[in-house]
Amino acid sequence: MDAAHTIIETSDLTKTFGMGDANVVALDHVSLEVKSGELVAIMGPSGSGKSTLMNILGCLSTPSSGSYILDGENVSNLNKVQLAGIRNTKIGYIFQSYNLLARTTALRNVMLPLIYDRSHKHPRETWEQLARDMLEKVGLGDRMGHQPQELSGGQQQRVAIARALITDPVMIIADEPTGNLDSRSGEEIMKLLNNLHLQGATIVIVTHDPIVAQYTERVIHLKDGHIDTVVHNGKNHHLPALEPQAQAESVAA
Amino acid sequence: MNINEVLRISWEAIGKKKVRSLLTMLGIIIGVAAVIVMIAISAGTEATISDQITSLGTNLIFVSTSFTRMGPGVSGGTQLVYDDATAIADSISGVTGVVVEQDASETVKAGDVSLDSISITGASPDFKTVRAITVASGRFFTYEDVTNKKKVIVLGSKLAEELFGSAAPTGQSVLVNNTRLTVIGVLAAKGTVGEVDYDTRAYIPISVMLQKFAITPFSRIKGDTIRMVFVQVDPKSNMDNVILQIKILLAKRHNVTLASDSFTITTQQDIIKTQESTTAAFRSLLAWVAGVSLIVGGIGIMNIMLVSVTERTREIGLRQSVGATPNDIRGQFLTEALLMSLVGGLIGAGVGVGGAWLFGLASSMRTVIVLSSILLAFGSAAAVGAFFGFYPANQAAQLDPIDALRHE
Ligand SMILES: Nc1ncnc2c1ncn2[C@@H]1O[C@H](COP(=O)(O)OP(=O)(O)OP(=O)(O)O)[C@@H](O)[C@H]1O
Ligand SMILES: [Mg+2]
Repeated sequence: MDAAHTIIETSDLTKTFGMGDANVVALDHVSLEVKSGELVAIMGPSGSGKSTLMNILGCLSTPSSGSYILDGENVSNLNKVQLAGIRNTKIGYIFQSYNLLARTTALRNVMLPLIYDRSHKHPRETWEQLARDMLEKVGLGDRMGHQPQELSGGQQQRVAIARALITDPVMIIADEPTGNLDSRSGEEIMKLLNNLHLQGATIVIVTHDPIVAQYTERVIHLKDGHIDTVVHNGKNHHLPALEPQAQAESVAA
Repeated sequence: MNINEVLRISWEAIGKKKVRSLLTMLGIIIGVAAVIVMIAISAGTEATISDQITSLGTNLIFVSTSFTRMGPGVSGGTQLVYDDATAIADSISGVTGVVVEQDASETVKAGDVSLDSISITGASPDFKTVRAITVASGRFFTYEDVTNKKKVIVLGSKLAEELFGSAAPTGQSVLVNNTRLTVIGVLAAKGTVGEVDYDTRAYIPISVMLQKFAITPFSRIKGDTIRMVFVQVDPKSNMDNVILQIKILLAKRHNVTLASDSFTITTQQDIIKTQESTTAAFRSLLAWVAGVSLIVGGIGIMNIMLVSVTERTREIGLRQSVGATPNDIRGQFLTEALLMSLVGGLIGAGVGVGGAWLFGLASSMRTVIVLSSILLAFGSAAAVGAFFGFYPANQAAQLDPIDALRHE
């Protein structure tokens, strides 16, 4: 992937909720840029607009004003069906609460986005193998047939990461992915995301945890809906990349 | 989105909540089963009645004194008499047989054996051909026997056995209510046709019946007054023409005008048609009742689908977040409703067919399972599913992804 390639480019992104005097300005003229291969953290106090920003970046909602160019395409004013297509092909989500389908195997959960792929990039016969590959990649090769209720929180989040990766998106959006996990599991998830980052993935992550933020190269601090400060951590090559094999072992342990 | 995928998702969703799905389908199951059972019963009744009508013979015309002309107060001139029957048989072409029939229930004795309440049929000789009866031994009575009021009797196969055991009955005598009759023949077994058991009764000339047993108010006025004549017509001849000839003949014989309507002439076809239109009306009533129960079932499905959409809001949000369009979501829930009503329809069809069959076994009523009723019930179940599934599916499709994901 071309390192100079711009994935996210927003200018004066504004989002207001409600109408009239009861207006809430959740995002206030946010302009930012994320290049291909970057790992960016978004921090800020509760109610500062982090989730609102992530929802717009993830094409789950549209801005009230301002523009958003994703992977060279202006997505600020697309309709529901077009946005669904963008979400399917270009974006991989990781939620705080994993959001796996209950009573459905890890394998099936990972395959889910492929069902909605209208470009039919992958023939149906290849879905299962693809999902297996993704689960191997997140170190869950031995848990493919397990259902969410049979997996630990950390394992469930790994399944969610595999699901986010399966359509080979241009970026991964994670809103507090470690928020529901204990520190050890959270750290494993962060190592996994960092590993993906080192393999070239573009990742934007919302977090409250400064330790999590350490893994990133750039931290954007939001306050009252606007960008307060941007901290550059520099390339964090000091963190060792985990081999898929080593991950599997650490999970199995 | 691939149709197989949609079906698989819907099928799994139904399977995950088996008891609830089954309860939801219950309305449809009952509705569909009810349609099939009720139509089977009505078709069975219809078949029984039309059997009764056709058991009288085929290609028949029924001639009777018009109802308003009957009764003791009416002058004897316009009453159907036995000689009218013989006149029809003798002078009208295209008539293959004329049956005059009068039943009575009498005590029958032979030697030491005495049997009560035995059905005795007084008939004209054509009874044998029109009802397609076979004589096993001896003979049936003839026109001569009728004219001469011969005291003869023909026995049904079972009755003969009960009266005489293994001995040959022909030539023996029996006492019917103190009238001594000579057995001239025994019929071959025919069984029950149209609720008449041909084997347990006895047959005597109509003239003997009218004279000795059937003391009705009519026959008291004039000894040979009869209620109805069954005329069998050659299928090759024109039915309407035969009817007209009978009308003319009777008018002449009774000295009335053709237009006087003293006699009622109906064809077997007319009776079957009337019967069919009655059952058709009954069936459409059943269809309405069944339709209402299917709608109730449909409302049940809508209710549960709405609950299901609410419960699965987060799932909907997740599916949207990974690329499901409103149409994908709508299709999924619509398919689920449709599948549920189709499965309900299938179970209902099974229950209905089984129920109709069991009902036929357990009761004396006959049931006929009508294929079109199964298709109709099944089709309406599908339509109900689609109709009542649409609203909840639309609700699901219109959910906002973020609201849906945030839903607790
Ligand atoms: N659907 C909505 N309707 C009205 N106001 C909203 C809506 N969504 C968010 N807001 C408001 O927008 C502001 C930003 O909310 P947002 O969820 O983006 O905060 P956040 O930074 O993610 O907070 P947290 O750290 O608690 O998750 C808040 O004041 C919130 O009340
Ligand atoms: Mg938030």
